[in-house]
Amino acid sequence: MSDRVEVRKTYKLFIGGAFPRSESGRTYEVHDTDDKFLANAAKGSRKDARDAVLAARKGFDAWSTATAYNRGQVLYRVAEVMEGRREQFIADVQAAEGLGDKKSARVIDTAIDRLVWYAGWSDKYAQVLGNTNPVAGPYFNFSIPEPTGVVAAVAPQDSSLLGLVSVLAPIVVTGNAIIVIASTTRPIPAITLTEVLATSDVPPGVINVLTGDPGEIAPWLASHGDVNAIDLTGVTSTELAKKLEIEAAGTIKRVRRPAQPNWLATPDLSRLGAFVETKTVWHPLGA
Amino acid sequence: MTFEYAPAPESRAIVSIASSYGLFINGEFVDPTGGTAFKTVNPATEEVLAEISEANQSDVNAAVNSARRAYDRVWSVMSGRDRAKYLFRIARLLQERSREFAVLETLDNGKPIRESRDIDVPLAAAHFFYHAGWADKLDYAGLGPNPRSLGVAGQIIPWNFPLLMLAWKIAPALACGNTVVLKPAETTSLTALLFAEVCQQAELPPGVVNIITGAGDTGRMIVEHKGIDKIAFTGSTEVGKSIARALAGTRRKLTLELGGKAANIVFDDAPIDQAVEGIVDGIFFNQGHVCCAGSRLLLQESIAEETIDALKRRLQTLRLGDPLDKNTDIGAVNSREQLNKITELIKSGDDEGAQRWTAPCDIPDKGWWCAPTIFTNVTQAHRIAREEIFGPVLSVLTFRTPDEAVEKANNTPFGLSAGIWTEKGSRILWLAGQLRAGVIWANTFNRFDPASPFGGFKESGFGREGGIQGLTAYLRSATDGDDQAKGMS
Repeated sequence: MSDRVEVRKTYKLFIGGAFPRSESGRTYEVHDTDDKFLANAAKGSRKDARDAVLAARKGFDAWSTATAYNRGQVLYRVAEVMEGRREQFIADVQAAEGLGDKKSARVIDTAIDRLVWYAGWSDKYAQVLGNTNPVAGPYFNFSIPEPTGVVAAVAPQDSSLLGLVSVLAPIVVTGNAIIVIASTTRPIPAITLTEVLATSDVPPGVINVLTGDPGEIAPWLASHGDVNAIDLTGVTSTELAKKLEIEAAGTIKRVRRPAQPNWLATPDLSRLGAFVETKTVWHPLGA
Repeated sequence: MTFEYAPAPESRAIVSIASSYGLFINGEFVDPTGGTAFKTVNPATEEVLAEISEANQSDVNAAVNSARRAYDRVWSVMSGRDRAKYLFRIARLLQERSREFAVLETLDNGKPIRESRDIDVPLAAAHFFYHAGWADKLDYAGLGPNPRSLGVAGQIIPWNFPLLMLAWKIAPALACGNTVVLKPAETTSLTALLFAEVCQQAELPPGVVNIITGAGDTGRMIVEHKGIDKIAFTGSTEVGKSIARALAGTRRKLTLELGGKAANIVFDDAPIDQAVEGIVDGIFFNQGHVCCAGSRLLLQESIAEETIDALKRRLQTLRLGDPLDKNTDIGAVNSREQLNKITELIKSGDDEGAQRWTAPCDIPDKGWWCAPTIFTNVTQAHRIAREEIFGPVLSVLTFRTPDEAVEKANNTPFGLSAGIWTEKGSRILWLAGQLRAGVIWANTFNRFDPASPFGGFKESGFGREGGIQGLTAYLRSATDGDDQAKGMS
């Protein structure tokens, strides 16, 4: 052990590519699985959520018009930078989830590999989910998947990094912007991820990470007129899910409430196809 | 020399309408337990056509139970190959009885026979034919091997395309192995009840299709019924929102096809005559009772005057009147209630300062009618530019640059469809990418096909009908549990 007094980090939100404290000035204590104090995390508020929506809408405009190739490279870049911080992520996840060395290394490696997997989908999913349609008439007709828009997500409460990455990557690679609420009791790996995102060419606002209580923040996102969809993967309370779905109905938001899968297993395409809109274009044929 | 107009009425002798109808539950017509009924009226004459049963809670229960039994015992365990054969039978029966369906649809709905004969009924048959072919090929529907049906689907459809919307709902549901409880709109039940007869002729197993009639209350009972696994609704955004609220937290699947306020964008290089035809087709097809109608015309400023003049000339040749007349272009408005809504919005256009032009045409003494109407000098803030009118009323706005056209077109909570008129290919493809709408018609408008997915962005709903994407509304992957995503297309 060194005699040196370590420099501790202030844990903040990630909105529009910047690291603000919560507008509310509130924090809450984060402990490891042995109940040892780890940090004070920002307790996100309604205002933070609304700021994040503004940032996400701006991010969406740039991100949804970027080329698929570019989106793939950016996500791949996130994986590259994560790889460089592998040891830090392992330490974070160990503290947050109480996992052993081997298990936590496997979780981090899977998270990095998952990003690479989704990065590779960027210029392929439209080929799998889109098609031309043989209509009965002299028309050329094709369908393509387009991003839904601004998606609010509640990240899994248990799997603080792999679960978060598995929710976030498919939403982002398909051209959406996201506001994700990290695991309440295990937010630190998510905050470390924001430091990676800030240095990986992800345009500001495309990915916004809030920490705090989903029960407090998520209803503001679910009712927000400029949010197009909500992903309730991390919502375990039926009561909260119902409340959020009722709020979401006000602007016909797309709602996804999938089961918590085994995050270590290779995903299927359901998350890639979850927040895309099929657009169909007709044009007459003729000489 | 002048010619007298000679009407060419289609005979209604081909249809026989009973004085009253029961509910179609478990393969039979049964009397409603409550014994209440309402009248269905020919909107062109206000003649009462028949008495329609109003299903109450115990009727809804009976229909759901019947659908559940048929699902468990017959339909979900039948091979896709055999399900397909029933759907092919239905498609053929619809073709065989197409004239009967067309006349009945026109009588009950008020739409011109030309449209029910050439569009509604043939497309309905095509929908069954298309989906019949899917029934034994669902491994290729994009959800991985062995996708599963959902169970009992509750389906609620509107009055603007009664038989066609029924086909859009029932064909994919049955192809994917679900059974259905369908409620037609209260003003247009007759073709759904005739379809029940087709199910009998096809010897479709009892309970696979149940048709219960009624108004909003009956619809609510379907939405709230715990025995139903999936709700598919086509109708207003307002009702769509209340359905989404009712299903919150239940994990029951939902697809919604709601309202629209489509922009039909005409550039200065467009062939004006073709564009005018497209504008007319876009907003005056089916009296404008079309969720994807091109109700906001965006004209590039330099051609606005010329286009509006051409449009007015064209509208003077449209024939409004007897829907059974084969020459009729504009039929009757489906109900007094709808006419009142249209009239109220037209008045708001006048009050808010837009300039109205109404096509000169003789309005019949009886029935509910609305002459084709154009508003110019419309701003984006006007109600007629923001709200769905669902009638033959066109709001004209102008733009200068393509970017301005995109901004105005997307300036709406809706996102069902849009039209583009230009000769420039690069502009079409660029604009098609920019417009936030589920269906883009370029140099055409209001085209439909069972192979082509239909459905909206934003508050126009979620989920698709038609095409491979439409199957997802009635299937879940083999690996998905009961907590399958809701409302995903």
